[in-house]
Amino acid sequence: MISNYAGTTVEFTKGLLTTENESFEVLDAPGTYSLEPTSKVEEVASTLVDQADIVINVVDATNLERNLFLTTELLERDVPMIVALNMIDEAGHKGVKIDIEKLEELLGVPVVPTVAVSGEGLKELVDSLPRSVNRRQDALDVPGRWAYIGDLVGKVQEVVHRHHSWLESLQDASLRPATGLPIAAAVLFISFQLVIGVGEFIHELMEDYVFEGFYETLILYLSEALDGRGFLHDILIGQLVDGAIDFEESLGVLTTGVFVELGVVLPFLAVFYMVLGFLEDSGYLPRLAVMVDRSMHRLGLHGYSIIPMVLGFGCNVPAALAARNLESRRERFIACTLMSVAIPCMAQLALIVGLVGRHGLDYLAVVFASLFFIWVVLGLIIDRVMPGYTPSMVIEIPPYRIPSFKAQAKKLAMRIKGFLVHATPYILGGILVVNILYTLGIIQFLGVLFAPAVQGLLGLPGDAVSTLLIGFLRKDVAVAMMVPLGLSARQLVIGAVVLAAYFPCAATFTVLVKEMGVVDMAKSAVIMIVTAFSAGFILNLLLDTVIPAAYLAAGLIALSLILPMVLGSTSDRRELSDLDETA
Amino acid sequence: MEISLVDMKPGQTGIVKQIQGGTNLNVKLNQLGLREGKQIKKISSVFNRGPVTINVDNYQVAIGYGKAVRIMVEVEELEKNSPGR
Repeated sequence: MISNYAGTTVEFTKGLLTTENESFEVLDAPGTYSLEPTSKVEEVASTLVDQADIVINVVDATNLERNLFLTTELLERDVPMIVALNMIDEAGHKGVKIDIEKLEELLGVPVVPTVAVSGEGLKELVDSLPRSVNRRQDALDVPGRWAYIGDLVGKVQEVVHRHHSWLESLQDASLRPATGLPIAAAVLFISFQLVIGVGEFIHELMEDYVFEGFYETLILYLSEALDGRGFLHDILIGQLVDGAIDFEESLGVLTTGVFVELGVVLPFLAVFYMVLGFLEDSGYLPRLAVMVDRSMHRLGLHGYSIIPMVLGFGCNVPAALAARNLESRRERFIACTLMSVAIPCMAQLALIVGLVGRHGLDYLAVVFASLFFIWVVLGLIIDRVMPGYTPSMVIEIPPYRIPSFKAQAKKLAMRIKGFLVHATPYILGGILVVNILYTLGIIQFLGVLFAPAVQGLLGLPGDAVSTLLIGFLRKDVAVAMMVPLGLSARQLVIGAVVLAAYFPCAATFTVLVKEMGVVDMAKSAVIMIVTAFSAGFILNLLLDTVIPAAYLAAGLIALSLILPMVLGSTSDRRELSDLDETA
Repeated sequence: MEISLVDMKPGQTGIVKQIQGGTNLNVKLNQLGLREGKQIKKISSVFNRGPVTINVDNYQVAIGYGKAVRIMVEVEELEKNSPGR
């Protein structure tokens, strides 16, 4: 899956290509501009090159000079290669003309013009694979490389000037503070409204027509067939509430399980991915990163880490993977920690909006305000306490592109499929586990055991320990588990915040351990647990007892905005004093 | 005159003269094609301490303040009242 910003692919993906005579395994390496091992991405690419039988060097025709740097490095490697001169259409629009035959002659390897998104040239590319050449050129040093490239480009490229298009004017406007900040605010606001609005609409459609329609009838039929009770009935259908199916409270795999996944989470998730896909392919995200960079510095991050944060609202797993694009270990640690603590995935969000939202927008606001507050304050603290600093960013800003409908649809389909395939076992498994634990009396036992802690600290009934247990597995199911407990609005808020913050779900945890390593993950976990329970405790003390919900939400947001301004950026101070010393 | 990227005005063009920094900075910028001798055009800065965006060849790069302040660029002196020079 690709997007219009650097860093979507951080590992390689495999595919199979079959022609008339042979079949090839195709490995798609992460995009880099060189093979020098300055980051994980380059190491992966370099290793792949060494293992390959043929290398296809995809060169961006709109940026010939810069792209040829990698080409020269590849020419020096001991592997046959061929060049795909891609985005040749865009180059044409920009007034760039390239003499392909001459380029082929000078490089000594076949050069095939392509427009990958439309498929143009791909057949010729595949047909040209047998012609690939292993140049094994002598290595050049960096200045030598640029000199060679400069000379080459001079001979093959001609640039004709043409006027600024409206898209290009918009590009620049998005980066200048006077216009860029309103644009950023508008984009975020519209995205938010779309996801909540359209998501809610689809959710209600599903609820009214599918679930409370034919599906309910189907399940009731099954219930009767199972005599309305028994182990199998409990697992599949759960408890009948007042003799009827309650999709929220019954807690059966086929009732609550399916409802949570398809009726609650999927509508919001699908809309989120639609909006995200558009933002990714348009090329807006790096510009957003530029706008928020300065603010992110106060949390020990830089602008580009807004991308894992945005992704985290969909699912924390790709967000954790996206953190690989951040350059320093320090930044990756902070980004991963803040993301898993404070960014609730859409699955959780959908449930929270449903459950807490019905008690009033003010309570919902407290949940979001608390998470925002945690995000900011934890960032400020970690940046100050952790030695070192997060260096400033250097990122490429891609041109704006109108996303292709076909590519968007494909991306969305892939993501929805991914959700259905990966989440289903956890969701249904979670419901199953809960049922078993209840049946065996384990929940009740643990409830009594932990009651003092859960009650005293968080103001929640002992049974709420079941939600915390399930939260290790899957967050949406955990939030759903709060329904049968009959909690008050403030208890739901506390529960939601603690659930979101205390520990990542199993899927995210697995990825984080791989990305951060065991030691960092352990540190992160301690931070998360302490933060979550402290937050829960403070909310328990203040919410509705001392401060009404609406005021608390407003207060938390205000503090979150003021504190960074007052405290400034530790990272910036350290980076600049570093500069002064070396100057 | 030689000024840093940060001090350049939006719309100004110049030639990169010096990148004051360790090898890491140089390598990172090099990879993006930004090196000494390259002509660049400044597009914007985000207020005083925000990142600086520049155009290089056919692409755009945003550089955080801490690094932008170490990139020295040779620009033309802007002379306002100099007719016919």
